[in-house]
Amino acid sequence: MKLNRRAFIGTGVAAAAALQAPMVWSQGRPRVVVVGGGAGGATVARYLAKDSQGQIDVTLVEPTRHYYTCFFSNLYIGGFRDIASIGHSYGKLAAEYGINVVHDWAVGVDRDAKTVTLAGGAVLPYDRLVLSPGIDFVDGSVPGWDVSAQNKMPHAYKAGSQSELLKAQIEAMPQGGRFAMIAPPNPYRCPPGPYERISMVAHLLTQVNPTAKILLVDPKEKFSKQALFEEGWARHYPGMIERIGPDFGGDKVEVRPDAMEVVIDGTVEKVDACNVIPGQKAGRICEMAGITEGNWAPVTGYTMQSRVDGNIYVLGDATAQGDMPKSGYSANSQAKVAAMAIRGELMGSSVFPAKYSNTCWSLIAPEDGVKVGAAYEPTDEKIASVSSFVSQTGEDAALRKQTYEESLGWYAGITTDMFG
Amino acid sequence: MIRSMLNLLLTGFLLGGTGAAQAELLGDAARGETLFRDCASCHQVGAGAKNRVGPQLNDIFGRKAASAGEDYRYSKGLTRMGADGLVWTFETLNAYIENPKALVSDTRMAYRGMKDETDRADLLAYLRGFSASPANIPESQPTARASEVELPPETLAIVGDKAYGEYLSSECLTCHQRSGANEGIPGVVGWPVEDFVIAMHAYKRQIRPHPVMQMMAGRLSDEEIAALAAYFAELE
Ligand SMILES: Cc1cc2nc3c(=O)[nH]c(=O)nc-3n(C[C@H](O)[C@H](O)[C@H](O)COP(=O)(O)OP(=O)(O)OC[C@H]3O[C@@H](n4cnc5c(N)ncnc54)[C@H](O)[C@@H]3O)c2cc1C
Repeated sequence: MKLNRRAFIGTGVAAAAALQAPMVWSQGRPRVVVVGGGAGGATVARYLAKDSQGQIDVTLVEPTRHYYTCFFSNLYIGGFRDIASIGHSYGKLAAEYGINVVHDWAVGVDRDAKTVTLAGGAVLPYDRLVLSPGIDFVDGSVPGWDVSAQNKMPHAYKAGSQSELLKAQIEAMPQGGRFAMIAPPNPYRCPPGPYERISMVAHLLTQVNPTAKILLVDPKEKFSKQALFEEGWARHYPGMIERIGPDFGGDKVEVRPDAMEVVIDGTVEKVDACNVIPGQKAGRICEMAGITEGNWAPVTGYTMQSRVDGNIYVLGDATAQGDMPKSGYSANSQAKVAAMAIRGELMGSSVFPAKYSNTCWSLIAPEDGVKVGAAYEPTDEKIASVSSFVSQTGEDAALRKQTYEESLGWYAGITTDMFG
Repeated sequence: MIRSMLNLLLTGFLLGGTGAAQAELLGDAARGETLFRDCASCHQVGAGAKNRVGPQLNDIFGRKAASAGEDYRYSKGLTRMGADGLVWTFETLNAYIENPKALVSDTRMAYRGMKDETDRADLLAYLRGFSASPANIPESQPTARASEVELPPETLAIVGDKAYGEYLSSECLTCHQRSGANEGIPGVVGWPVEDFVIAMHAYKRQIRPHPVMQMMAGRLSDEEIAALAAYFAELE
């Protein structure tokens, strides 16, 4: 095992002792606590445990026993996956990787004492803390909506029961009825997510309710893969989807969940099912830990360390890092950089320059898949995009089918990379 | 037309006939040679052909499945089928090439399948020419195309740093599974170093078309490509 030189500069005696006993951590194995078992958290926990061969004590705190991936939850709504196929348990992380999986909420972080408090009362000490709690919603983002209304107007932006509820409500719409989506303002998780969802809802409706209509209320002028989605909607679902952008009041919207009404710039629209995707911010635990600036937790792109506290690493949707979109792929990519940096700090293992990447696949209709992606590198200021690509309009059916099949391969790959 | 010749040929096989005359009847071998270009990035055939990403294909007709030599690692499924007696004949090859996974669900051959019956007949006619009888392999050059990219010998000679390769590989593993699984995204485990290096440089220079791979390879240095090749080559 190599020594971490920086940690021992000028302390000759300590360094000599450390050479004989690489475990310089007073309590035995160095401890890493990971909060959130999603795309970022599960990956970082698995890589830390795997690559340190048990020499780091890894605890993963995650309230749910089954993690339902948001990725492919739209495909569930479209009828391309069943709900069980997007659920994953933590059994392998515990049994095969020796990770201490604790099903509880983190409710506080004491950065001076370096401890995390859980809702159940336990206090976990850490040498390094990783926060990957995903998103929470900004209060008052859509007037008339708060979490107490999520049964009448689901967000389905954290997957699982919300996805099932939304799908059931769409299926229960009267023939020729109307579905509305309130799309979120930037920045939010999965830039193409709302539009892939529109595609999947349209596909579902063509099967069960072909005269139904879709109203997409959007506060943004432009959106991810817009040309590709609009081309696909015109081809597969002609006349079904109407988008109201900010030029027609898409940014001045209020909802009335009890009356099932959407008010757009003063005009009341009756709807039969409504998906409200509010504005977003870092999972609340980041704010409780005091590491946010505005809605997000700033990090350095060299290591994914919080810019506020070097003992805390933040991953995925909760971060403000620069150019990477908030995606599962990004969170997974960031987790590997963080795992390497943490092992370097705690065990003196080699640290290589950070590299990041992302690709987001979206399904527009059966076998009509598209993708967008980029590669990234850190600068002092941010994680910066260095090259990118996007599917083209007018691609032939064979390429689109291949892109879709590739997304299935990616799903199998990333979930194996997260959960073993 | 092709179809009736095929029938004739199949009858010929059933009667135990072999030989050049029937090889011609299979399909258009010249056209098959062109079609083989798709296969040649992994398979060699002809004099000097060696096992590479895929096994060499001399004498494939009549060969027991998964028996191209000790130095080639097959999927468990194909090995089992070979042990169970699967022999490559026109019919079995025809079915395999049409849809590899339908015949061998865990095959490591990352090929989607050749749907067109005439194409398959032509390709098999070409391959048949290298199997007429063991002593009678035409003395042509290996047909694997000269590599897709010409790399200076120094580049090919770089000895990759496996530890670095392991870190870099974590980026690949978001899509390419460690198990070598092949669904939708090809397996990259256990490739010969040189093939891996050439493939990555072909993406880097945008000779191979896939945009994600062009992006990934585009920012890898020669050393990084060598490191990844060294790491993946040794994975089981
Ligand atoms: C509809 C939709 C489609 C998407 N499609 C794609 C796609 O195709 N490709 C893609 O790459 N990405 C996609 N995404 C985005 C992707 O799901 C997220 O970007 C990704 O999950 C972020 O990972 P994360 O680790 O930051 O958060 P998450 O994966 O959300 O994980 C956070 C975890 O932390 C837990 N948690 C939160 N607070 C606490 C606490 N206080 N204590 C303990 N645990 C806590 C939560 O229970 C949760 O399990 C999609 C998202 C949506 C909504």
